[in-house]
Amino acid sequence: MENLNLVLPEIFISLSIMFLLILGVFKKNSSKITFNLSLFVILITTIITINETFSVSRETLFNESVVIDNMSSLMKIITLIGGFLVLVISSSYLKIFKIYNIEYPVLILSSILGMMVMISSNDLIVFYMGLELQSLALYVLATYNRDQLKSSEAGLKYFVLSALSSGLLLYGCSLVYGFSGSTNFDVISNQLNSNEYVLTFGIVFILVGLAFKISAVPFHMWAPDVYEGSPTTVTLFFTMVPKIAALTVFIRFLYVPFLNLIDQWQMIIIFLSIASMVFGAVAAIGQTNIKRLIAYSSIGHIGYTLAGLATASNEGIQSSIIYISIYVVMNLALFSCLLMLRRKDQYYEDIEDLSGLSRNHPLLSLCLLVILFSLAGIPPLAGFFAKFYVFKAVLEQSMFFLAIVGLLSTVVAAFYYLRIIKIIYFDKEKDKYDTDHSLWLKFSLTVSTILILLYFIFPSQLIEVVSRINII
Amino acid sequence: MNFPILSSLILLPTVGALFLFFTKDKDGNNLTAKYVALFTTVVNFLISIYLWISFDQSTSTFQFVEDRTWIEGFINYKVGVDGISILFIILTTFITPLCIISVNNSVKNRLRDFLIAILIMESFMIGVFCALDLVVFYLFFEAGLIPMFLIIGIWGGPKRVYSAFKFFLYTLLGSVLMLVAIISIYWIAGTTDFIQLYELGIDAKYQNLLWLAFFSSFAVKTPMWPVHTWLPDAHVEAPTAGSVLLAAILLKMAGYGFIRFSLGLFPVASEVFTPLIYTLSVIAIIFTSLIALMQEDMKKLIAYSSVAHMGFVTLGIFTLQQQGIEGSIIQMISHGLVSAALFLCVGVVYDRMHSRMINSYGGIVTIIPKYSILFMLFTLAALGLPGTSGFIGEFLILMGAFKDNFLVAVIASLGVILGAAYMLWLYKRVVFGKLVNEDLKKMFDLNRSEYVILSCLAAPTLFFGFYPDPLINTIEVSVTDLINMHNTNITSK
Repeated sequence: MENLNLVLPEIFISLSIMFLLILGVFKKNSSKITFNLSLFVILITTIITINETFSVSRETLFNESVVIDNMSSLMKIITLIGGFLVLVISSSYLKIFKIYNIEYPVLILSSILGMMVMISSNDLIVFYMGLELQSLALYVLATYNRDQLKSSEAGLKYFVLSALSSGLLLYGCSLVYGFSGSTNFDVISNQLNSNEYVLTFGIVFILVGLAFKISAVPFHMWAPDVYEGSPTTVTLFFTMVPKIAALTVFIRFLYVPFLNLIDQWQMIIIFLSIASMVFGAVAAIGQTNIKRLIAYSSIGHIGYTLAGLATASNEGIQSSIIYISIYVVMNLALFSCLLMLRRKDQYYEDIEDLSGLSRNHPLLSLCLLVILFSLAGIPPLAGFFAKFYVFKAVLEQSMFFLAIVGLLSTVVAAFYYLRIIKIIYFDKEKDKYDTDHSLWLKFSLTVSTILILLYFIFPSQLIEVVSRINII
Repeated sequence: MNFPILSSLILLPTVGALFLFFTKDKDGNNLTAKYVALFTTVVNFLISIYLWISFDQSTSTFQFVEDRTWIEGFINYKVGVDGISILFIILTTFITPLCIISVNNSVKNRLRDFLIAILIMESFMIGVFCALDLVVFYLFFEAGLIPMFLIIGIWGGPKRVYSAFKFFLYTLLGSVLMLVAIISIYWIAGTTDFIQLYELGIDAKYQNLLWLAFFSSFAVKTPMWPVHTWLPDAHVEAPTAGSVLLAAILLKMAGYGFIRFSLGLFPVASEVFTPLIYTLSVIAIIFTSLIALMQEDMKKLIAYSSVAHMGFVTLGIFTLQQQGIEGSIIQMISHGLVSAALFLCVGVVYDRMHSRMINSYGGIVTIIPKYSILFMLFTLAALGLPGTSGFIGEFLILMGAFKDNFLVAVIASLGVILGAAYMLWLYKRVVFGKLVNEDLKKMFDLNRSEYVILSCLAAPTLFFGFYPDPLINTIEVSVTDLINMHNTNITSK
């Protein structure tokens, strides 16, 4: 008998989704209670995950198609916490747009479930199932503000392009299956060798599909439009949570089934990384909308994460995970600020709307200052350490070109972050924004900013947790 | 020594800044905030003086060392001082309170935020000079960009945005290569603690590239010709207190870095690249002196003179002679005092007339005599008149240079003449001559706080000019050992 306790989080969350759907259908005006219950569900799932899987070093289930190891449990916990925070700060935004419905939390929960399946997958089929579950939920979330043209456009764009990439991915999977005779990652890893040229196509197709999901250049085109059009809280979800799951799958693919083929994919990853870092930095300069700017900046940040993956070392993988964890916190903080730019039930999302913010809202501006300098990677803020670990791993492998290009693109990226700071601090002030924000929004902003600011005092803790992850 | 005296030096200004952060911000003359900031920095100055008194001058080992695990198995938070760094710490703690007194007239809005920025800046600057680990050094070195960017950008002049960006991006661009070098050193030598690195030495085949990476950062910060262009812009636009910090302390980080890292860690490469440094230094001395002659703007003139003076400093460091290096350190300290004073002098007239242009002044000697006397003193110190600290530095540097390379020394000496030319001409045009403008008659002489600041700067300038022994005694052993270490490394490699 399998030890079902290990997948208890997934089981619990799927049962809860069904229950919440039924509750929503049969009970009138149940959005509030659904919201609160979903928060509760995520909380319980997190606790179960910590309890049941955190100490497991590596176990497989269901004919080795699901794997529970240090990486999967850590990434699930980050996903769940990210999902919780997104949900908790969404409600006031949704209420203003009158889309405070039961579907929202249920969709978030289902996409989280899909991601958890992805994170734990050790099999092509299980992986694809998880991927589609989360993607379908995300398509609907992108169009969630259906009365707005941009939101519908975002959803449609995301759907079409994402379906295309899923097709490529699936084709790649079938090629890999054809060459190895199995869908199981471990078996594939033993069967594959680098002599088969057609197999390279399979790998490339899979990598393209995955690169699309994490929006790495040149498969990033959807990101700015989708990020801009989606409701802000959904954009927040997009930039944080699916990236974690996609990154985990990326790591898993590269370092379990394709480990022996490292010569084939290493150059691809280096290229993706450099292209994302440079393009993300350059393209963000001309943006006027904050959400679009964040889209480009997230492309750049994915480039740094990929730089860690390109090293083919445990340090590299760990540094990528550290990077994405710190990035998630910075993103949460940035979006919390964005959600505070509200005046008379209208949200503002142009960079110009930040003009002279420091006069009227000194504390909010100070938080933004810290966040933006951290995103730019200036010490002693957390963002610096994220980059530092990545480049430490990259330089260990003597990949000087990657490191130097990466660091030079941080200088370019610093320019557009500085531009925002300039607008906040040096420019003329505008009208005041409302200050009656929900407690949760203030909480998430305060906590994430303090984490960013004071990370340098206790840098070892995060490393300690992450250093348990040894994939190779 | 159990009490963490260096950490408290680093932390105290930040604590003061935190305290200010929680006080209420009032517009106008916020005296409470000013007193808090002043109190913090004065206490810090007294601590640093205590540090100097209890410092043992007879050894070159690092003293007051604190060593704590910071990132498990990778970096230790390690701070300590030797004869070279202690002087820079005292310079920092000495200049900062003067900056805070000077904000009276130049900063009109958001005084509290300005003081917070200055205090945090002080923490970072002291950190740079204390750090005994490359990563810790880099952290403080880079972190200083944030408050300085804000100081120039928020409180600066009309072109402040351009200058702030230029300052930030130039410096960042230089520094990222240093970060690559620091991480590479970790993988080559297995540590970033530079006491250990001094002992281990770095393999000669890596040294040239690493040296260049460090050079790219320090050359921008020094600033050396041709990457000096950010400095005049930053100086002109920054508020007086910002210019003072920039000229007096920030520029010295690079000189300190050259001595500490380029000489200490990469002895072989330093020999290789000495001609490069000589060339750039000589160009900086002659070329920027000529530029300074042509300036219409007083602040710009002094900014270019800073570039020229820093040219002397880099020249002196790479002579690799006892006199040269000692001279460079003294020149840096002296330039810290004198350029700070000159910027404050410009600030004094700017606050009254709101013009920095030389041609809007003239014949003010009869109107504000006290000011004119002090301004003259600092002008003479800047051109290195015997009896001022500027003389000691330049003289020792040139002595070192003559020992090493006759031609370079001769050309550099021409720079001294040019220095005298542009400084005296500046003084003549501003202070003497006919009264060009009736409005100038309304100017009033130094008020009490300005008088205090300028006298505080004048006293050490004169004192060390006549009696430089306290400085030389402090640095002597450290410099001798640095050179010995350098020579043994060269011969062993």
